[in-house]
Amino acid sequence: MTSPASQFTTDAGRVAPDLRHRGIIQAAMGKYETVRDQRKKWFQDWEGARNLAARTKFEAVNHLDRYLEEFVSKLEARGTKVHWASTSAQAREIIFSILREKDAKVVVKSKAMTSEEIHLNAAMAEAGYEVVESDLGEFIVQLREEAPYHLVFPAMHLTRGDIKETFEDKLHITSSDNPEDLTMVARRVLREKYLQADVGITGANFAVAETGMISITENEGNARLTAALPKTMITLVGIEKVLPRITDLALFLPMLAVMGTGQALTCYNTMYGGPRQADEADGPEEFHVVLLDNHRTSLLADAEQRDALGCIRCGACLNVCPIFKNIGGHTYSTTYGGPIGSVITPHLRGLTQWKHLSDASSLCGACTETCPVKIDLHHHLLQNRRNGAKLKPSLFQKTAFKLFAPVANVRVLWSLTTQLSRIGMKVRGLVNGSIIDPAHAWTKTRELPPIAPQSFREWWKERQ
Amino acid sequence: MNERENIFKRIREALKAPAHSLAGGLPTVAEQRGVMPAVSSEHEAQMALFHANSAELRAHIVLVADMRDLETKMAALRDEEGWKKVAAHVGDLSITTAQSLGLPVLITHPGFDKEELATCDAGITECDALVAQTGSVLVTSRSAGGRALSCLPPHHVIIARREQLVADLPTAFEQLVQKYGGNYPSMISFITGPSRTGDIERILVLGAHGPKHLTIFMV
Repeated sequence: MTSPASQFTTDAGRVAPDLRHRGIIQAAMGKYETVRDQRKKWFQDWEGARNLAARTKFEAVNHLDRYLEEFVSKLEARGTKVHWASTSAQAREIIFSILREKDAKVVVKSKAMTSEEIHLNAAMAEAGYEVVESDLGEFIVQLREEAPYHLVFPAMHLTRGDIKETFEDKLHITSSDNPEDLTMVARRVLREKYLQADVGITGANFAVAETGMISITENEGNARLTAALPKTMITLVGIEKVLPRITDLALFLPMLAVMGTGQALTCYNTMYGGPRQADEADGPEEFHVVLLDNHRTSLLADAEQRDALGCIRCGACLNVCPIFKNIGGHTYSTTYGGPIGSVITPHLRGLTQWKHLSDASSLCGACTETCPVKIDLHHHLLQNRRNGAKLKPSLFQKTAFKLFAPVANVRVLWSLTTQLSRIGMKVRGLVNGSIIDPAHAWTKTRELPPIAPQSFREWWKERQ
Repeated sequence: MNERENIFKRIREALKAPAHSLAGGLPTVAEQRGVMPAVSSEHEAQMALFHANSAELRAHIVLVADMRDLETKMAALRDEEGWKKVAAHVGDLSITTAQSLGLPVLITHPGFDKEELATCDAGITECDALVAQTGSVLVTSRSAGGRALSCLPPHHVIIARREQLVADLPTAFEQLVQKYGGNYPSMISFITGPSRTGDIERILVLGAHGPKHLTIFMV
């Protein structure tokens, strides 16, 4: 089996020079950047808002036990069943036991990254349930049997033509390639599923401790229908999602919208605090909340990187990341891509297997600068590199630094090496870019910068 | 119960290592307002802002003078769109207006038939508040006839009173706490324009799953 690191290198090498992919992503990101920047200016003080959001998350994460306890007791008081899962397997088992008890056949889902994290769809399909993703982008990638490309825009990598073909192949429905027509195809197909579904599964963007509510942000209304029509509702949420007070949402909802999609406010921001109450017309008879740890507590234990638990999954760091834009969302092969994914995946799935993600960064800091909750992302990437080197230094790195250290520490050796390199560069110039070029790995796609004709010392001596 | 204890044990153990401190604590509402988009304190300016935001969101606002005017204008909408059946909930404004249309009306009493709701051309509801800052309509399962009425039919029609307009999101949340604190409805939703998606090439399409049209009658 290929390791995640070599898979990553192969995929990155394939996607980066793919001009079609580049064109699609640049077009989508260009539109996003324009509206996002307009909305940031709409705030009186965007930097101030980031500070307040960071303070709120700092308080919540550093008193997670207290707020989680409050959240759960408030939820349970209004008839919600709360379940606890330390691992993915436990979370799946909890959900399966509810499905069995309800004798469910059709399950409708609204977008939930936590469910991607525990690979719920595949497990449910294998167990014989009909599972339908209802978010349009998720529905499209589910039909194509792909993972979501992006935290917020799952089908960002596809054109209308690709989607038209997918609908023809998988649904046997012919439509024009007009986005409106394509959306209406999905609306019709999914409407029927909503009315048939026995169970609805959602994620959550926030968990409000003070009132015992989950909050879901969405544009399509698919989560609202998922929470309204099936008799049983299950919400799978990470334990780190708590916010202390309901009024905190007044700040977080617009910030999430601005950063996520460049909207002032996402179309539906909905809070759910229980199953249907006695005086209410409809809603599920049972509401289950499954709280997922799945190594979030290991990230919590790392005081240096704990702030990464404040992530609101807006996707803003992916959108500004030069690496993400070049290698694309699927290359990461992780649930969470981009800078935040590179930071947290080593905690969620093991540093040895996933430290290569932190190497794939220019450390430009664009992610840190854009993050609405001020997670120190690019420093965390550096810390992961450090931790990775401590854990298991690569033989190449070890040898390279062993050779480099004596040369760099002895003046005469250093001068000699730079002089030899200058000659070497000239000779190499004759074979530049060809297969026998010693720097072929670099020069097959890029220019190798020349070594300066003069060292600083030489230059200084001349000036004296 | 066991996993609950395990998770709490791990959390408490993890929090023994203190993080770099971040001064300030939880922000006050005044601090929130200080950074968020500014909204005038004048009612007229707030009304103008709500109109402008609604236009951008492609929600329609219809100003009506009184109940008679409401019924006339609602009937005009019925004719324009060719409604054959509507749904509404029991409320001071919603039920009489719906019944004045001379069409079959599905009332979302507990246990109503959701398949029947799916065949209605419009869902007529009241609301808790209108938010000038964002052009949002605040509904709850108690004020707007449950969860599906404001989401399943292709046209969501809201009947609001002008005095329900509030300046900003912090005010709307404060009002929620005052109105329901201790006994919240099981669903609370800020609806900001008709349902939409940008999942195909980031091109805006209205009516993804929820209503394609959103009309707000202001009495």
